Amino acid sequence: MAETTEIATAQTDAAPIAERPVIVQVRDVVVRYGEATILDGVTFDIHQGEILAILGGSGCGKSTLLRQLIGLERPAAGNVLIDGDDITAAEGKEQEKILRKIGILFQNGALFGSMTVAENISLRLLEYSDLPPAIIDAIVRMKLSMVGLDDIEYDLPSELSGGMKKRAALARALAMDPRILFCDEPSSGLDPISSAELDNLLIQLNRSLGVTIVVVTHDLASIAAIAHRAIMLDKSVKKIIAEGKPADLKEHNDNPLVKNFFNRVAESGENLNIRPGKEKR
Amino acid sequence: MAGNKPKDSETPPSYHVSQDDSHPPERTISLVGRLALIDASRIHADLLKGVEGEAVASVTLDLSDVEYLDSAVMAVVFDIERIAKEAGKKFQLSGLSEAIKGLLALVDPEKLTAAATAAKKPKRERTLAQIGGGVLSFLADARAFIAFVGDATIAMVGSVVHPGSVRWRDTFLYAERAGADALPLVGLVSLLLGLILGFQALIQLKQFGANIYAADLVGLSVLRELGPLMTCILVAGRSGSAFAAEIGTMEVNEEVDALTTMGFDPVRFLAVPRIVALTCVVPVLTIYSGFLGLLGGLIVGVGMGDLTVSAYLIQSQKAIHLWDIGQGLIKCEVYAIVVGLVGCMRGFQARGNAASVGQATTSAVVTGIFLIIIVDAVLTLMFQYFGRG
Repeated sequence: MAETTEIATAQTDAAPIAERPVIVQVRDVVVRYGEATILDGVTFDIHQGEILAILGGSGCGKSTLLRQLIGLERPAAGNVLIDGDDITAAEGKEQEKILRKIGILFQNGALFGSMTVAENISLRLLEYSDLPPAIIDAIVRMKLSMVGLDDIEYDLPSELSGGMKKRAALARALAMDPRILFCDEPSSGLDPISSAELDNLLIQLNRSLGVTIVVVTHDLASIAAIAHRAIMLDKSVKKIIAEGKPADLKEHNDNPLVKNFFNRVAESGENLNIRPGKEKR
Repeated sequence: MAGNKPKDSETPPSYHVSQDDSHPPERTISLVGRLALIDASRIHADLLKGVEGEAVASVTLDLSDVEYLDSAVMAVVFDIERIAKEAGKKFQLSGLSEAIKGLLALVDPEKLTAAATAAKKPKRERTLAQIGGGVLSFLADARAFIAFVGDATIAMVGSVVHPGSVRWRDTFLYAERAGADALPLVGLVSLLLGLILGFQALIQLKQFGANIYAADLVGLSVLRELGPLMTCILVAGRSGSAFAAEIGTMEVNEEVDALTTMGFDPVRFLAVPRIVALTCVVPVLTIYSGFLGLLGGLIVGVGMGDLTVSAYLIQSQKAIHLWDIGQGLIKCEVYAIVVGLVGCMRGFQARGNAASVGQATTSAVVTGIFLIIIVDAVLTLMFQYFGRG
C-alpha cells in the first residue's frame, strides 16, 4: 500500500515538499530539431504534491520541455519517468497507462470545438472507465462546479469567454482525477482577476486533492503566488540555470539572467529604464 | 516509488463499506480506505443499497477513516445525496478531513445535490420550426449574397477607376493557382467527356447510319454547354473552396479585422484579386476544355465510327458557328464571377473556430455549383429567346 500512503500524505499536506517521494524524474533530456539543439541535458525531479514552475524567456525551450514531459515528443537522449514509468519509451497500453495519471491544460484550452463542454469533459471517462452515464453526468457537473462554472454543460466552447474556456479546459484536464497536472501558460490571455482566480484554483486543487502541478509560465505574479519551487531555463546554455523558491531566486540569485528575469529588466534597457519588460529581439 | 503501479478495474476494491442500523430509523454507512475513480461505480452501487429501504429515514455517511477521496467519488456521494433527498430521506456527511473539506469548499454542494437537477438540455426543435428556420436562413443567405454582390461591385468599380489599387501580384498568383495548376485536371476530364459523349452518340446514330452527326452532337454540346459547365464545376471545387478556406482562416484569426482597422476595404483587398483572376483564367480554361472535348469526340469518331479525320473536322466546322463558342464563353465568364463571389463571401462569413472554416469551404462548393446550374438554366433560356439559339 505504498501508493495509498503517499497519496494520503500528499493530500493531508503533512511532510515538507522536499522530503516527499519523487513523482517525476527528468534525466539528461536532450532535444534537437534537425541541427539545432534546444535542450542540452536537462535534469530535475518533481516531488509529490509540489507546484513547480518552469520559467524562462521566450524561445528558451520551456514549452519544448513540457512536450517531452507529457509524451508528445520524444527526446533525442535522456528519459522522463512519470511515477516510475518511462514515458519516453512507452508505447501503446503502457503509454496509455501513464497518460491516465496526467492531465494537461493547454495554452488556449484546446477544447474540441464541435463538442459541448460536457462532452469535452466526459470524453476520457467514457473511453477509459465503465461508469454508467448518470455517474459520468454527476462527475462532469462536479468538475465544472470545482472550476466555478455552472450551467454551461451544453454550451459549445465558441460560446464561452476566454476565462471560461480556460476553466472548462481545466475541468477537462481534471476529469480522470490525475495525479499530475501540467499547465502551459495558464494565465496567458486572461485579465489579472481571472488570472488570480485561476491561481487560487490551482492552489486549492493542490491542497485538497494533493495534485502535483507543473506550470510553464513567464507570468511573474503567478509564479510568486503559486509555485513552491521554480526552475529556470535559458536559451544560451540550453539548460537549467537556476532552481529554488521563487522568492529566493528573485532576491538572492547572482546570475544576471535570473536577476533580469525576476526584476523585469530589458537586456538593452537596463540603464535607460525605458519600457522595462519589453523583450529585445 | 517502487510499487507505484496503476491499478486496473479488475483489481479488488481498495475500500471497505459497513453499515450500522443500531438506531432505527437512522442508518450510518462507513466508508474506509481509498476511494478513487476506479471504484466509483462500485461505491455508487454500495451506497445506493445503503440508502434504500422503507425503514430508513435518515442516512449518515461516515468518512472519518478515508485515506484518500478523489473528486469523482465526491460526485458519486453528491449523486447519492440527491437520490436520498428525492426519496424524502435525510442525508448527512460526518468525519470530514481537512482535505475533504477543502474539496467541498471548491464546489457548491447545494446545487450539485438539488433534488431536481433538471439540467437545461437543449430541446429538439419541432419539424415546423426547423422548416421555418431553414427558410429564414435561406432568405438571410440570399440577402447576404445580394449585399456582398453590391460590396464587390463597388470594389470592382473602384478598382477599374484606380487600377493601381488592385493587388496585381496577388492576382497573378491566384490566376496561376486557379488556371495553370488546373490544366491537367480540366484537360483529362474534358477529354474523357468528349470520348464518352462521342461513344454514346455513335451507339445511337450508327443504327441510322448517321455516324457523321456525332461530330455535330459532340461539338455543339461541348462548346455550348458541357465544356463551360464542367470547367466551372471543377473551378468551384478547386478554387472556390480554396478562397473560402483562405479568407475564412483570415477571418477567424482576426486578420480581416486587422485589415479593416488599417483602413483597407477587405473586399477590395481580398476578394477583387481573386474574382479578377478567375474571370481572366476561366475563359482560357473553357477554350482548352472545348478543344480537348472535340479531340475526344474525334478519337471515338475515327476509332469506332469509321469516319476519317478530315470528314469529322469538316462536319464539325459546318455544325459549329462562332456564336456557339461565344455562348460558351459568356456562360463561363458568368460562372467564374459566381464561383469567385460565393467563395469569397463564404470565407467572410466564417466566425469563431476551425469548424466554421470547414463549413464555409463546403458551403462555397455547394452554393457555387447550385448557382452555376441556376445561372446556366437562365442563360440558356435567354440565348434561346433573345439570341440565335
